[in-house]
Amino acid sequence: MNAPIPQKLLLSGNEAVAEAALDCGVTLGTGYPGTPSTDILEHFAKIGGKAQWAPNEKVAMEVGLGVAFSKSRSLVTMKHVGVNVAADPLFTSAYTGVDGGMVIITADDPGMASSQNEQDNRRYAVAAGIPMLEPSNSQEAYEFTFKAFEISEKWNIPVFLRMTTRICHALTGVEKSVSIAPPAKPGYEKNIQSRVMIPAFARPAHVKLRQKLADIEVFNDDSDLNTVTGTDSSFGIITSGVTFMHCREAMPDAKILKIGMCYPLPIQSIREFAKSVDRCMVIEEGDPYLVEAIRAAGISVEGKAEMFRFGELNVKKVRKIIDGDTTEPPAIPRGKAPELCAGCPHQTSFNVLNKLGCIVAGDIGCYTLGVLPPYSGMDTCICMGASIGIGLGLRHSLPREQAIKVVSVIGDGTFAHSGMTGLMEMMYNRPEYGHLVIILDNGTTAMTGMQESPTTGRALDHSNAPQISLEGLVKACGVEYLDVIDPYYDQDRYEELIKERLASEKTAVIIARRQCVISNKKIKAYEKEQDSGCQEGGCDHE
Amino acid sequence: MSKPINIVFAGLGGHGVIKASDIFAQVAFQAGKDVKKSEVHGMSQRGGSVSSDVRIGENIQSPMIPDGESDFLIVLSEDQIPNNKHRLKEGGVLITSEVLTGKLKVKKSLNVALLGCLSSYLDIDEEIWLSEIKKSFPENMYDKNVESFTIGKTVAQETQTA
Repeated sequence: MNAPIPQKLLLSGNEAVAEAALDCGVTLGTGYPGTPSTDILEHFAKIGGKAQWAPNEKVAMEVGLGVAFSKSRSLVTMKHVGVNVAADPLFTSAYTGVDGGMVIITADDPGMASSQNEQDNRRYAVAAGIPMLEPSNSQEAYEFTFKAFEISEKWNIPVFLRMTTRICHALTGVEKSVSIAPPAKPGYEKNIQSRVMIPAFARPAHVKLRQKLADIEVFNDDSDLNTVTGTDSSFGIITSGVTFMHCREAMPDAKILKIGMCYPLPIQSIREFAKSVDRCMVIEEGDPYLVEAIRAAGISVEGKAEMFRFGELNVKKVRKIIDGDTTEPPAIPRGKAPELCAGCPHQTSFNVLNKLGCIVAGDIGCYTLGVLPPYSGMDTCICMGASIGIGLGLRHSLPREQAIKVVSVIGDGTFAHSGMTGLMEMMYNRPEYGHLVIILDNGTTAMTGMQESPTTGRALDHSNAPQISLEGLVKACGVEYLDVIDPYYDQDRYEELIKERLASEKTAVIIARRQCVISNKKIKAYEKEQDSGCQEGGCDHE
Repeated sequence: MSKPINIVFAGLGGHGVIKASDIFAQVAFQAGKDVKKSEVHGMSQRGGSVSSDVRIGENIQSPMIPDGESDFLIVLSEDQIPNNKHRLKEGGVLITSEVLTGKLKVKKSLNVALLGCLSSYLDIDEEIWLSEIKKSFPENMYDKNVESFTIGKTVAQETQTA
């Protein structure tokens, strides 16, 4: 009998990872939305996988680790800066290891299409001691997810799959050509020394981790994860990820070593490759990670000029790197910047704060667009949840006439992510002149494309879920003033309220609540679907 | 290895740029071509400039079209020409919404009409185009979309023979 011809699909890298996760029998996909990673879990849910948004990446990492402690397979997804939030459990999960399989997606954003920095998370693999695979198209995103689970289960260690914007969101052909043994039956086996990281158990665990990584390096050297293409050995290139594609296009005949597993590096293979070519150059996007590691191993290679550390690479830049051309490219007219939508409830907040001459500690979300003209209404934006801590720091240190103008502005999703601890700080270490936090509650995680969060009352697939009350959380902290207002229809009162609360010099939270203007239609549709589902299914809530 | 055909779609967020490039990528893929498509998501959703690269051929490498190497530049909003024209190669074809002014009954289907324009330059069966358009929109919009597609195709054919 002939084997069935695998059907070729046109998939994004994110879709390919989700398809692979389903085909690997992943028990649970968990993560936090963030471009360019968001649609992995959305697609996983759509095709029948169990997927859920955690309040933040740290919680997602912990839930994923718990799943993998039960011999099951877990998929944990986040953008590059999300790994910063999850770093605490990440580092120690390398020591504990896992019993099942655990694959962590880090979706990096070189060029910062939608991020506050362009950190290169290959550094995390090294720092934490977590193996890392790097696909160069959707086909590899699919296959490497399988490989990552295999490696995770063979060495009982979480494994990173590092994607970048042009892998996550590029559509390329995929054939489902690989398979994996089904996951083990979930069950708990007591193993205190492996999972309780008190110093006495963590010391041997660290030694064990280094031994695992040494073994994985040997495996990587022998594996088919790293490939050599091209025939012209007068010029050799060592590269990884989507940069491989740029290199192949720029130098179709050159001999290229594509690193599929970039930590631990296959140093022996790299050494042999470098010997096999007359001239050897490392071409990589972002930090000079490969070139530094290869040189540290005593292998002589050429690298890129510092100017190519910044932004994404492309075919033209690769040609320039090879030619040693460091001239600045001609300036291109800038496109139109994004802006707050017509009818967006955030508009009034920034108009009012601007008018009152406030010092605005801002946060991450659509409302960060409030920094652009005509509002220019934001003074700081660092990371998720930072608005409250930064605002408090300013309140503690500025002279009174300035301190009383400081306001922290944070969205509902961002507040659920990491605003609550800031609020505790506000009450526990109360600034002399109080503080004002405005929660811009538009009922959705709008910036990343209308995802749900613990305060929206809906789960990842938009079905009904318990709704965490923002008012309840604020009250529980003992904040002196709590007001809820519609910032759009109650503009005059909104301005007066902000003035009053600032003048009171007490601690205050204003929840500026109005549904995101472009999510309204979608949310009504979700609600309708839930209602009709209840009628048909005879569900008994309310 | 023959060179790929490169198409850049450009416009403003919310105008159907990504949708048009998605449909086209599927059309080319169904026609048996190797396809790569790439764009940047995120901030661009909020009314800012959006562009999407689609490359079709036998064996495509980079998913991004190098500047000055695009065969077609399809612009859904005239004001997006200045910041995108450097993508086009010398002698490349610029397709803009201008050619369709006053001809479309349903303005919302501009992206489909521009796909009609593009179809007149490429050797891909109309059947495949229409089947992908059918899959991509609600059923009740299909007839209107076919009409817009045909208008786009006819207008572009006229310009080529003129």
